[in-house]
Amino acid sequence: MTKRRPPTAHALGVGVALALSTLATSAAAASSLDQLRIRALAATCAQCHGTDGRAVPGSAMVGLAGMDRHHLQSQLLAFRAGTRSATIMHQIMRGYSPEQIEAISVYFSQLRP
Amino acid sequence: MQRRTIIKGLGAAGAAATLGGCASVGGTASKGRVVVVGGGWGGTTAAKYTRLFSANTVDVTLVEPNRQFVSCPISNLVLGGMRTMADITHSYDGLVRNHGVRLVHDTVTVVDRGRKEVRLAGGQTLKYDKLVLSPGIDFMWDHTPGLQTANAAGQVLHAWRPGAETAALRQQLETMPDGGTYAITIPLAPYRCPPGPYERACTVAAYLRRHKPRSKVLVIDENPDVTSKPGLFKAAWRDLYPNMVEYRPLHRVVSVDGATRTVNFEVHEPVRADVLNVLPAMRAGRLAVDTGLANANDRWCHTHFLTFESTAASDIHVLGDAIQIAPGMPKSGHMANSHAKVAAAAIISMFNGWPVNPHPKLTNVCFSFLDETHAVHIASVHEYNTAERTFRTVAGSGGVSDMRNDLQGIHTWAWAQNIWSDMLT
Repeated sequence: MTKRRPPTAHALGVGVALALSTLATSAAAASSLDQLRIRALAATCAQCHGTDGRAVPGSAMVGLAGMDRHHLQSQLLAFRAGTRSATIMHQIMRGYSPEQIEAISVYFSQLRP
Repeated sequence: MQRRTIIKGLGAAGAAATLGGCASVGGTASKGRVVVVGGGWGGTTAAKYTRLFSANTVDVTLVEPNRQFVSCPISNLVLGGMRTMADITHSYDGLVRNHGVRLVHDTVTVVDRGRKEVRLAGGQTLKYDKLVLSPGIDFMWDHTPGLQTANAAGQVLHAWRPGAETAALRQQLETMPDGGTYAITIPLAPYRCPPGPYERACTVAAYLRRHKPRSKVLVIDENPDVTSKPGLFKAAWRDLYPNMVEYRPLHRVVSVDGATRTVNFEVHEPVRADVLNVLPAMRAGRLAVDTGLANANDRWCHTHFLTFESTAASDIHVLGDAIQIAPGMPKSGHMANSHAKVAAAAIISMFNGWPVNPHPKLTNVCFSFLDETHAVHIASVHEYNTAERTFRTVAGSGGVSDMRNDLQGIHTWAWAQNIWSDMLT
């Protein structure tokens, strides 16, 4: 009968490293997944306001990239509440929750114009 | 000793993670192969956003026979003489240059679902992990005896795909005598671009009012009423084109005689026109039908709305006008663009083994010109309903214009510039 060997330092190290690596990978995946979700949500604005909120230069449409987060959020909420008049945006913003509006505002504020 | 080994191990894991990250950003490690068929509103968006959303880690090949993109939206302005074919014709180069999409100008002849490959008319075979079909519409010529012959002879055009027919129909309008009649017939919904036929009546009437003011415009509809923005269109016909535009609902076309430019109806008297513009009944693009994906009434393609994957075949996603629509979902270019973004995100999630977004969203805006400058719109926001497994418009969202104005005309052109860019550059 062989004596059970205690875990070697090497084996333990690899085990912990693997565990940490798995943790790191799943955290990165979760973060990438979140990024994908928010990008896809923000992409619902792009048909009119340009890819990643960069409107075609010279077009009569507001670019959203780099806009102040709180300004953007307050304007979108005002469209939603009907306190800022609009031709279309009040109809669009009523389709988004306050949480989605916040997420969109944070996203565009972090992009360079 | 133990401690040092752990740190060493951590270092190795960290280095590996960093390398992995770099490889992803650089696009050297391919996560999968996507072949997109059809360079229209859905296909171009799917190609671009699959690259964007994956940080260029997914290989994308776009197959499209045409060398240039021609826009169906705005093409009614070409018919009215307000814009030219050059204004609605754009390059595909941005997809290649800016996003690394591989562009193949060819036609897919066969989709081999078993081998997961498509074969091209030019002889090439492309393997895919995910196939995205955005095949647009096909015309059901058999529904209307005489129509296909008349169309082939250039006597009766539809111009419901942009390009040569758009230019040809414009030419027919230019040579029509003052005092002549332009008639457009509209098939039963669903068809591509619900407000399109009524907008066309307006832009053609705007041209005729200015250049051939004794002419008539007949809008002959199989539907019981104008299918989109009825109040706004009828007000425009009444106010802007009194005694010129006439609307006739509930007219089912049964046949067409190209030589005399006559259209026959099930019940009503035949109509002879100087320019006869018959919109054929429509179904999903031919490749979708041939691939066995048109499982909704043998016309449209059912999809799982979280991913736009066909219900008839796994790993084939169908976008745009070809799909069986959800309630309140129009067959529009804007909507096809929206489909494509949801599908692109879903495909990337599937490649990564991530859960697919359970709450995808779609937007739609359809603008319509009523004359040279005034426009109206209809807008909607759609969210996935888990219980019903379909998209529904968000309660309280969306709506139509209060009135026509030139601000919306300006917005229409800005929308076109931005959505073309969102697809192509």
